[in-house]
Amino acid sequence: MSGLASSAKGLALRLSCAGDRGFVLRLDCELPDRGITAVYGASGSGKSTLLDCIAGLRRPAGDSLIRFRDTTWQDGERFVPPWQRRIGYVFQDARLFPHLSAEQNLDYALARRNGLRNGGPGDGQAGAIDKRQLVALLELGPLLESKPQALSGGQKQRVAIARALLCAPRLLLLDEPLANLDHAASEQCLAHLQRLARELDLPMLYVSHAIEEVSQLADHLLLLERGAVQDQGAMLDLCSRLDTRLSQDEQAAAIVVATVARHDEAFGLSELELEGQTLLVRHLSQAPGQRRRLRIPARDVSICRQRPRDSSILNILPVTLREIGAGDEARVLLRLALGSQYLLARITRKSAVELQLQVGDRLYAQIKSAALLLESADHA
Amino acid sequence: MTTAELDAIRLTLALAAITTIALLILGTPLAWWLSRHRGSVPAMLESVIALPLILPPTVLGFYLLLLFAPGTWLGRLWLQLTGSQLAFSFSALVIGSVIYSLPFVVQPLQSAFARVPDDLLQAAATLGAAPRDQFLSVVLPLTRRSFITAASLGFAHTVGEFGVILMIGGNIPGETQVLSVALYDYVESLQFEQAHRLAGIMVVFSLALLFFLYRRDRRDGWRVQP
Repeated sequence: MSGLASSAKGLALRLSCAGDRGFVLRLDCELPDRGITAVYGASGSGKSTLLDCIAGLRRPAGDSLIRFRDTTWQDGERFVPPWQRRIGYVFQDARLFPHLSAEQNLDYALARRNGLRNGGPGDGQAGAIDKRQLVALLELGPLLESKPQALSGGQKQRVAIARALLCAPRLLLLDEPLANLDHAASEQCLAHLQRLARELDLPMLYVSHAIEEVSQLADHLLLLERGAVQDQGAMLDLCSRLDTRLSQDEQAAAIVVATVARHDEAFGLSELELEGQTLLVRHLSQAPGQRRRLRIPARDVSICRQRPRDSSILNILPVTLREIGAGDEARVLLRLALGSQYLLARITRKSAVELQLQVGDRLYAQIKSAALLLESADHA
Repeated sequence: MTTAELDAIRLTLALAAITTIALLILGTPLAWWLSRHRGSVPAMLESVIALPLILPPTVLGFYLLLLFAPGTWLGRLWLQLTGSQLAFSFSALVIGSVIYSLPFVVQPLQSAFARVPDDLLQAAATLGAAPRDQFLSVVLPLTRRSFITAASLGFAHTVGEFGVILMIGGNIPGETQVLSVALYDYVESLQFEQAHRLAGIMVVFSLALLFFLYRRDRRDGWRVQP
């Protein structure tokens, strides 16, 4: 590659490509080459088209540019075919080879990875993923002998993830990998993906229209709408802003990071530590000391000037009002600071006026228990 | 059985075997291309390939005879390359049979290829498989059975060939006299006993082959599909 570009970082995308459903994907952006970037948007917003373009399965207009770090996959002159890009791709429907067993599916990727390896700085770690380690990590041991037809949706998807990783990719693309799974299987896969993201230093692009998945996984968020970029930025930051498309959604929610403090078996609750405050949520599987994200929908947060007493609401946190969003004629969205993190609250305009809210006010945020107790049912 | 009859059987089997191999080599890429392209060019090609299915074999034989004549460009080229003439030779029979049986090989392969989802090929591509590798490692194993069907049909159809061979091959014992032509000869000269023998062999062979194919389809048709 050219010397000039040798220090390039990130995934540079400047492309236009006609999608299947009438829209044209047109974007010009640069995504980080670390961590998990979620591509979020309604169906038909161009998410899968984008992944196909990056993988080389679809050919965007001739003058498009796709560059990952110092490797150009497409520009005016060249188009690197998908089999030379070293991109792992996990499809929504797994796409395991039906004539091969699970293990042979893994070996298929393994057998082709040497031919692909064109070396380069930073490639060592991804290349070092070995089969045994992956089989253990994704708990594939008992499945190896089975043909794909005999596997459940979640099992297929785990094999597909392992297969994609075994080709030693420089970038992993995941296209709604959990969309066809039932709740339990998708929870389990999500946990596996989080673990992989932590243990392998491999950038991932994760397409989803399920906000819950995105909130759990993503470090970075790219919002697509009808083929165009609405917004992009760090996940936690983007979710707490009032000026994004996301905040206008009925499901607008802030994401906070809390540490599991202890479990209260008697009441079926877990206690989290959040910015020095205590938060009670439904019983969690994580061990005390572990950190996890919580998605707190704005519609489930209300505010009061005084700390309420004798309330049925368990979670009442002292916050500072940082910003009052424009909202609509009936409701406004508030941004509340809790230590270094933020909560969002959606309240009626009438309440905002009656409480004479001013930026800087010290308030109490009440979080409806349902929000946190049923948090993962939010999925659907 | 007479030497002439054994010669005819040997010749028939050799012709069918060589034709089948040539058909697989030629028909596979053709069927693959047809299965992955839409539009009028593939449709036109498909029609040409299917033509022997409905044309009287004598029509095909007539045109091939004209084409193979020593005076044509093909006849001259053949003479220069091999030193022998093309018309009424075993090679002419092979060429004629390949054209005549092409639809029997291309059609089952094409429909089998069309059922291989592009999705799987895309998955293979992202795993580092170039197109040839995709074909060998994904398409071929998934359509293996259709290759057996295609080869059997091509073989059987070549064995049963008559009109084209009579037109372009003539009736030279040991060179172009295949079973069907030898049978015709016997009947013409009222040697019914010998004719019965050859006809019987043909019926048994064809029935056995068809039984093999249908039984296999039936058995696998009843298998629980994934």
